[in-house]
Amino acid sequence: MNNSDGYVTDDGRTIGGVVMEMKNITLRFGGVTAIKDITFDIREGEIRAIIGPNGAGKSSMLNVVSGFYVPQEGEVFFRGVKRPPVKPFEVARQGIARTFQNIALFEGMSVLDNVMTGRLTQMKAGILSQAIWRGKAEQEEVENREICERVIDFLEIQSIRKTPVSRLPYGLKKRVELARALASEPKLLLLDEPMAGMNVEEKEDMSRFILDVNDEFGTTIALIEHDMGVVMDLSDRVVVMDYGKKIGDGTPDEVRNNQAVIDAYLGVSHD
Amino acid sequence: MPDQLVYAMEVFLNGLMAGVLYALVALGFVLIYKASGIFNYAQGVMALFAAMTLVGVMEGQVPFSHLINAILGTKVHHFGWHLPALIGIVSTVVIMVVLAWLVQRIIFKHLVGQEPIILFMATIGLAYFMEGFGDMMWGSEIKKLDVGLPQGINLWIDETTYNIFDYGFFIDNLDIFATIIAAILVGGLVIFSQYTKEGRAMRAVADDHQAALSVGVSLNFIWIMVWSVAGFVALVAGIMWGTKSGVQFSLSLIALKALPVLMLGGFTSIPGAIVGGLIIGVGEKLFEFTVGPLIGGATENWFAYVLALLVLVFRPQGLFGEKIIERV
Amino acid sequence: MFYREAGDFSKTYREDSQTFPIRFDRYRYYAVLLIAFAIIPFFLNDYWVNAIFLPFLIYSIAAIGLNILTGYCGQVSLGTGGFMAVGAYATYKLMTSFPEVSMVVHILLAGGITAFVGVLFGLPSLRIKGFYLAVATLAAQFFLVWLFNRVPWFYNNSASGQINSPERTLLGVPITGANTEPWAVYLFCLVFVALSAVIARNLTRGAMGRKWMAIRDMDIAAEIIGVNPLTAKLSAFAISSFFVGVSGALFFSVYLGAVEVGEVFGINKSFLVLFMIIIGGLGSIFGSFAGAAFLVLLPVLLKNVLVTGLGWPTDIAAHLEFMIVGGLIIVFLIMEPHGIAQLWRIAKEKLRLWPFPH
Repeated sequence: MNNSDGYVTDDGRTIGGVVMEMKNITLRFGGVTAIKDITFDIREGEIRAIIGPNGAGKSSMLNVVSGFYVPQEGEVFFRGVKRPPVKPFEVARQGIARTFQNIALFEGMSVLDNVMTGRLTQMKAGILSQAIWRGKAEQEEVENREICERVIDFLEIQSIRKTPVSRLPYGLKKRVELARALASEPKLLLLDEPMAGMNVEEKEDMSRFILDVNDEFGTTIALIEHDMGVVMDLSDRVVVMDYGKKIGDGTPDEVRNNQAVIDAYLGVSHD
Repeated sequence: MPDQLVYAMEVFLNGLMAGVLYALVALGFVLIYKASGIFNYAQGVMALFAAMTLVGVMEGQVPFSHLINAILGTKVHHFGWHLPALIGIVSTVVIMVVLAWLVQRIIFKHLVGQEPIILFMATIGLAYFMEGFGDMMWGSEIKKLDVGLPQGINLWIDETTYNIFDYGFFIDNLDIFATIIAAILVGGLVIFSQYTKEGRAMRAVADDHQAALSVGVSLNFIWIMVWSVAGFVALVAGIMWGTKSGVQFSLSLIALKALPVLMLGGFTSIPGAIVGGLIIGVGEKLFEFTVGPLIGGATENWFAYVLALLVLVFRPQGLFGEKIIERV
Repeated sequence: MFYREAGDFSKTYREDSQTFPIRFDRYRYYAVLLIAFAIIPFFLNDYWVNAIFLPFLIYSIAAIGLNILTGYCGQVSLGTGGFMAVGAYATYKLMTSFPEVSMVVHILLAGGITAFVGVLFGLPSLRIKGFYLAVATLAAQFFLVWLFNRVPWFYNNSASGQINSPERTLLGVPITGANTEPWAVYLFCLVFVALSAVIARNLTRGAMGRKWMAIRDMDIAAEIIGVNPLTAKLSAFAISSFFVGVSGALFFSVYLGAVEVGEVFGINKSFLVLFMIIIGGLGSIFGSFAGAAFLVLLPVLLKNVLVTGLGWPTDIAAHLEFMIVGGLIIVFLIMEPHGIAQLWRIAKEKLRLWPFPH
């Protein structure tokens, strides 16, 4: 399945052509090389997992995909076009949204306000309109609220929409973060360890939501995850990283039987 | 040698000594910040309070006499004794340690883990409180402080420079004395924090409260120790400045002057406080000497801040501070 | 029992995002407006206006301004005094250079000029954060005070260095100078306050407010989700400084009438307004009013009780004020960082249920 045409999966989902391509990415922080010459791609509509032992460089890779980190070497192609280096706040306008390993919600605001911040790039009313409020600004606020409320319904967090986020338990915070990412109606969703710290039930809920997002909205999803069961169940293809290098790339079954991957997880020493 | 250059040298030397004093005050801040992450805006007011207490004890003032007289209609002012400086200083140190303990227990124990800006604002509140309290306790009129420090123009320097440059430098004995004391204190503090067990514990606390707790460091003890040392430094600074210009409200503005010193040097660096103090001390005086007359004078009011601001724009962590890395 | 909320629910998002969704609150708000505009002016005298109402109104505007910058956007500023000075001196130069133009125009222009200066001094906020920024704003504070002290153009070369507000009228009624009536100056300021509150409320409840709060809560995450930190921070500085400038303009032209910059707009002024928003409640328009009211009334209260009532000397009252204010700051920071506004919110929550416990 290495052609650039799309295909249909066993369960009827359509996976399109390549939407994101990372070519020979090398990322350094001072003396530390976090990512060494990695190449992989993400297809439209698929769920792509990035896995690997701790410290492999997965979060950094996600930051490169989203455009927050600019690699010293290599190129990123988004929809076939080479992506020029952009400022971090401009990245969001490309239609890429992400969640974070350690929750990055705005603790001073309510759930609804947090979700609404996901749409800030789409809210265009100027300062003057907002100062007057009635008319254009109010109209825009109501429209964007409708979109956010649909996301809130979808993720079943209606009852806490006015609760200050700081008061929520960990699992709900993660869900709110997902809601904020979804509110921007992204084409590509990056999830950094969405199941971290959850119990079995919460993981099942979150997995269901991720699958629903991919199924209903056709959103392409790239996620970092440690729970192998989740990875095998959810993803279409997997990239395996270790010590900043790519050591596996393929379907979950292919990767599961890859000797290099097994070695990495069992801790066989290498240089 | 041209006259202007000679004058500039004198200004430079005076600036150096002012700088040492700034460094001393800044050190008090660095210590507290290193140990607790708090920038203690109240340090200046504490210096004022220390000086006022010293004078009050030495002169035998009745604490809160103003208030007592107002409530009871009495006219008490003094106990009638005059104590020697040494006893005064020792008593004041004791009082400052008690103050440190109180501040720690009543205020900062409850603010563990808050953001730096909240802690900062708490110290502003503390500064206001201490100012009112100090005035209430000892009265707000200017007091003369005399602990027997050498004062007046240093004649040896005056004569020597006159012989070399045809112009006698005016360097005050008090400033020289202050510089020496400050240098000793600074050296002592550096040795203490780097080479003693307590100093290491203090640095551990500065890095990470939780981690320090987990290796058995008593936060309370360290904090009280740090605030006491800071209080002692405040006392020394208070004595120096107080002898020079009298014990009055403007002493508390020292805190404000220390801020740009710390911004320049980086809040967590002891050498930074020293270098920052010297740069600002010299810079201020030289700027006022050269550019001041062209733009109206009194530039010392703002020069330090603008300089620190410019440095921070290019190096947000200050000259010696640790680089601030933010990760998501 | 006071809050009869049964049947009072929002059917549209528009209704839900009102300032006062609960009907009872709305009526209370209209009542306050009625009393403020239509009833109080008839009961004013010089003392009430000068000791209480004018400072309260004018400081409210400053507090709203600082709250936008510090409470909503998280950029701590200790330069409020300096920016009020900009508003005051801008007004002075405008008044003396264009005596025929209406005061309303002058005040708004002064606000605009202050907004511009605010953006200038706000530029470092792009590199400097947290309380390093607070200290950097001191540069603005000290420099501006020095500027208005030392550059004679600002005070029209007057020998004393003081600026005085000449008489100006609005619709034929004097609102500055020596011949003003209490109700006239009160209403003039009240209108500015009402407009400021409405505009601030509108800006903070929408996209702009969310951008500011996102920057305050976690500026890196805000950037990642698409908030431009440059425009967000500078807009906060601009709008905040506009309000502070208007406040300074009114403070000079209507309230004090004569100003010597070092005394009136020094660093103590900056602290005063900061204390207002801490005690009143960071990130709350109501809190700005509450804090301003508190810190205007406290010295008046102390003076009346201690000096007039008990006959104590005035300096003791002053010292006590310092102790109380300082102590309250600490108490609020420890126990209720959201200030009086939060206490009020909690009280209202309890009132909604009263007499039931939960």
